[in-house]
Amino acid sequence: MTSYIIRRSLQMIPLLFGVTIILFGVIQAAPGGPEGALLESDRFIDPDVIEAYRQRLGVDQPVTVQYARWIGAALKGDLGVSFSTTRPVAEMILERLPATLELMGASFLLAAVLAFLLGVFSAVRQYSWFDHLGTGVSFVGIAMPVFWFALILQLVFGVWLGWLPVAGTETVGASSWGDHLLHLILPATVLSFRYVAGWSRYLRASMLGVLRADFVRTARAKGLPERSVVGGHALRNAMIPVISVMALNLAGLFSGAVITETIFAWPGIGRMFVQAMFSRDYPLLMGILLLGSTMVVVFNLLADVIYGLLDPRIRYE
Amino acid sequence: MWRRLKRHRLAIASLIGVVVISLLCLAAPLLAPFDFDQIDLANIRQPPSFAHWLGTDDLGRDLLTRILYGGRVSILIGLLAAVIGTSFGSLVGAASGFYGGWVDNLLMRMTDVVYSIPTLPLLIVLASYTQADAASMSITIGVLSWMATARVVRGEVLTIREMEYIEAARSLGATNARIITRHVLPNAMGPIVVGATLAVGNAIILESSLSFLGLGVQPPTPTWGNMLMDAQATMSSQPWLSIFPGLAILLVVLAVNFLGDGLQDALDPRAETR
Repeated sequence: MTSYIIRRSLQMIPLLFGVTIILFGVIQAAPGGPEGALLESDRFIDPDVIEAYRQRLGVDQPVTVQYARWIGAALKGDLGVSFSTTRPVAEMILERLPATLELMGASFLLAAVLAFLLGVFSAVRQYSWFDHLGTGVSFVGIAMPVFWFALILQLVFGVWLGWLPVAGTETVGASSWGDHLLHLILPATVLSFRYVAGWSRYLRASMLGVLRADFVRTARAKGLPERSVVGGHALRNAMIPVISVMALNLAGLFSGAVITETIFAWPGIGRMFVQAMFSRDYPLLMGILLLGSTMVVVFNLLADVIYGLLDPRIRYE
Repeated sequence: MWRRLKRHRLAIASLIGVVVISLLCLAAPLLAPFDFDQIDLANIRQPPSFAHWLGTDDLGRDLLTRILYGGRVSILIGLLAAVIGTSFGSLVGAASGFYGGWVDNLLMRMTDVVYSIPTLPLLIVLASYTQADAASMSITIGVLSWMATARVVRGEVLTIREMEYIEAARSLGATNARIITRHVLPNAMGPIVVGATLAVGNAIILESSLSFLGLGVQPPTPTWGNMLMDAQATMSSQPWLSIFPGLAILLVVLAVNFLGDGLQDALDPRAETR
């Protein structure tokens, strides 16, 4: 197992190297570079000033030279300096990271708890009204645009009922732990919904398979209470593939955070990403996308490792 | 396959639903009671009524009309993006599985790399500087949604290429290109069709997300996504403007996904029980 993890970790290096090349190419291909923000002010600006600006940012060089500079610095842990704030990109990302991780973590927990409850009960009572309802809700959860769900929740709980705050992380002048949690409810619900849908269906299918297995019949035959048959024997086996899928989806939460944070004015990386995109802040975009890709790659490995640890039948060479 | 699909009542209902909605949207110029950009300042911000079934927006434009016209763009982009993504993915997967060796290695590592980049953020960057018309939106979404298809098709092709009919075709002197297009791909059609169907729903959601951020097809051409973007500001006073376009997306994507599910059951010979 250890040698497997080491080998997989080494494979991540060329993979992430490839990722940086594609990201850099895509970001640099944008027409009208960072000076676009200057030009949009509609005033006449001396072309020399613009050229000097481009030179200062280093975007006058050929893409290959820029990339060589960027990757050279990145290998030393330097992600460059943001065009719009002139602060180090790594510092800006670290500053926003806690808010995003908090949102991702809360959504993950919420989704996991709900998905397990839904999945287990749907499987135990297959084809009951509860099961059908769960299937229906799951299909809706997967087919619904995240931002629309967010708008509807804001409308119902924020505007009509007035129960929950619809934006930000705290009420100005009245911030407290409870207040912060209230602000977290809507964005976490929105971000977790499609995973509740996906994971609960997956756990249901997995449970249905396991509940038919011989060892479950044995457990019942020797007179174990149904609680311990379902919770102890069936669930422990059924959740192995589901946990692996959950680890895979952790990276998807990062993608989802972009939209969710934007709608709920949550001061995390996702919101910063959208702002960076509109201001053509190449180094910041590059840093955030690289962080996202690293998450995908690491969580992929994590999913495989967890699978190997939980399921003794899996042997990695 | 058709017979097996017909037993799947929900899938058939969904197929009919999708076709009907698409036809309604296509026939929008004939059916819609108004023009999609017809401004009527005497009737702005009307809630749903008999004259305006789904109400009107800030400029008095009829919401039902705009949803019908918006559906043309949204569904078209969904279909085109799915076709582009699935064709490219199938070709990559087929070449990878069929040739094996370094071709396989190269193509699959390429797939891994693209797969490692979070799709939506990358899509946002790409969409921010491509032209915001239906064709380029479809291409942009398509080029980022081929990876899953490529992997699945590769897996299929790995078994297909060992089949005797492939050997037979080769002994008759067929070229590799002919074997791939005439013998390998048709036999991998099952998962390709299912993947393509699900890709339509996915592409519609991606398009609406991009439009919602202001990166999609630009107004005055309505799409379901940019209608939602416009509606966000007036959500509390005119909630119908936010509710109906979202419902349209939900209905179409839901139906497409049910259809994909039904196709999967119908095309998978192992799923006999149902």
